[in-house]
Amino acid sequence: MADKTLRILVAKPGLDGHDRGARILARAFRDAGFEVVYTGCHQTPEQIVNAALQEDVDCVGLSCLSGAHKVLFPRVVELLKEQGADDIVVVGGGIIPKQDMSYLRERGIQEIFTPGTPLEEIISWVRTHVTPRDEL
Amino acid sequence: MYFAKEVLEKCSDLRTQWEDEVRRLVNKKGERKEVFTTVSNHEIKRLYTPEDIADLDFERDIGFPAQFPFTRGNQATGYRGRLWTYRMFSGMGTAKDTNERWHMLLREGQTGLSTAFDFPTLMGYDTDSPKALGECGKCGVAIDTLEDFQVLVDKIPLDEVTTSMTINPPATVMWAMYCACAEQQGVPLDKIGGTIQNDMLKEFIAQKTFMLPPEPSIKLISDTVEFGAKYVPRWNTISISGYHIREAGSTAIQELAFTLRDGMAYVEDVMERKGLHPDEFAPRLSFFFNSHIDFFEELCKMRAARRIWAKVMRERYKAKNERSWWMRFHTQTAGCSLTAQQPYNNVVRTALEALSAVMGGTQSLHTNSLDEVWCLPTDHAVQIALRTQQIIAEETGVANTIDPLAGSYFVEKLTNEMEEQAWEYIEKIDSMGGMLAAIEQGYPQMEIADAAYKFQQQLESGERVMVGVNKYVTEEMEECPVLDIDEEVEQDQLRRLNEIKRKRDSKAVKRALDNVRAACKKGDNVMPPCIEAVKALATEQEICDVYREVYGQYQDPGLF
Repeated sequence: MADKTLRILVAKPGLDGHDRGARILARAFRDAGFEVVYTGCHQTPEQIVNAALQEDVDCVGLSCLSGAHKVLFPRVVELLKEQGADDIVVVGGGIIPKQDMSYLRERGIQEIFTPGTPLEEIISWVRTHVTPRDEL
Repeated sequence: MYFAKEVLEKCSDLRTQWEDEVRRLVNKKGERKEVFTTVSNHEIKRLYTPEDIADLDFERDIGFPAQFPFTRGNQATGYRGRLWTYRMFSGMGTAKDTNERWHMLLREGQTGLSTAFDFPTLMGYDTDSPKALGECGKCGVAIDTLEDFQVLVDKIPLDEVTTSMTINPPATVMWAMYCACAEQQGVPLDKIGGTIQNDMLKEFIAQKTFMLPPEPSIKLISDTVEFGAKYVPRWNTISISGYHIREAGSTAIQELAFTLRDGMAYVEDVMERKGLHPDEFAPRLSFFFNSHIDFFEELCKMRAARRIWAKVMRERYKAKNERSWWMRFHTQTAGCSLTAQQPYNNVVRTALEALSAVMGGTQSLHTNSLDEVWCLPTDHAVQIALRTQQIIAEETGVANTIDPLAGSYFVEKLTNEMEEQAWEYIEKIDSMGGMLAAIEQGYPQMEIADAAYKFQQQLESGERVMVGVNKYVTEEMEECPVLDIDEEVEQDQLRRLNEIKRKRDSKAVKRALDNVRAACKKGDNVMPPCIEAVKALATEQEICDVYREVYGQYQDPGLF
């Protein structure tokens, strides 16, 4: 069972189109052997949560570079909880100022990856902290 | 032939001798790297000599400023006659905040305005839309109605200052608001000048600010081109943009090729759909490039761009007017070259990138502020960025002579190579059936994704250096002051919008929107009814919702 492939949703909440990071990460996850779903730009938190449930993912990676992360990231966590899917690990990345980190962590975003984080570091974090949901 | 046969023969002999010498040295000590490449992975040789430009024809390829093929610029006097426009992209929070920033910049010597809108405005949503949650005023100014726009341009003389607006899907609406404000200031439309970005192809390819499917998106653009040609002759109705293509991770050559091929798609559409001759509108097509960190590659890209466009306009589209052959462009230093780490280093990067753009002959320039990785720039950061341009222009002496790097073996060779490789891409896209067809197949999108991924891998392996990120890293995170747009901006803007919705004549709004709808359905030019609608205080989203209703919406295919 340990070999079960992790499924990750890479998603961009909000209206910004800065998807370079999200797309690179999607590829890096795929190259690392994960199953990757990327839903493209301009997703509402509701759309992201629907996709996460439909695709039965183990982890949701949110990317936001517009400054709206303080509103949008916690909303995704809340909605997952409402759907009884709060075992899905939510992580975030993008332009997240240091002073917002604890705000996001307190609201259930388990890790925040800021600019310059090596892909390998993100991948190994996921390997360590995310387990396939049905093993729980 | 640029050099006499004897010179080339002599050069060849000398080079062979020199290379023998170098080979011995390299075998013994090696060089820093096996292969040297630009930031775009374009291979650069150890040395360039007359042999590299043996095929160059002075008149055909370099020539004189203001003469075909305009490698050396459009203006006969270069920067001696007139410097480039200092045009800092700015917008923040409310219209009032942004208006204050604009007046500050004009006082500090800025010579043109450039508007950054917030994401809801960029996407055609009002502040009260559920889609706008959390975004109001964050990355630019929030504009919902004409009343916001009036505050934005308050005490800005629209007949003297030119204004650029980075707006794409709702470009018709923002331009309509600008036109309405000019009218209220008593300035006739043929006296206002400026630019709307209005380039949807690069949105599908790179920046991802989209609303309608490609075909109707292009239709609205051609409407603005036609309206401008008839009534607003000093307005640049499209700014065909490579900037965002590059920011998405393309190479310099991809930026060059995709941008020019986008430009060609617009020319073709206006010719076919509107029946206009290129000379009736091409002089008002403008371009927008990125100036990345690789100094020579950028300036060569700009020289090549002018040359390709001149040929395309004269030969492919049979334009006769010299101004139709001109490629006029704005440049912005590369946001993606800035680092969140050690942010003060960004001042240096920006200065070098700006210098390259000036060497490439840009007509207008935005220099990024050191803190733009983190936030909208603070007053102090934006002042340093503006001063960077002023120092280049007014202290360094680089603007004393035109196209000073022309004739350099390396610069001419690299300019030629970039032109050749751009043509390969252009022809490939031609063979796919044009840019729209290529975009539908995901071709430019995937080319860029490949390049971006490759760059990232090079960064991770240390093959590519970013100072402060993967080399010369400091333990302590150095920080700069960060401008915060607080949540109150959203509340203020919502109050304002509600008040306008209450007080306006809702029947007049409905009538005006019906007229926009009718124009869309009949295929008429939307600009006249759009101007009437903004005057009736229809909101941006109300007009865009009419477009969405008639034309449908585009969804990101999410390619990676």
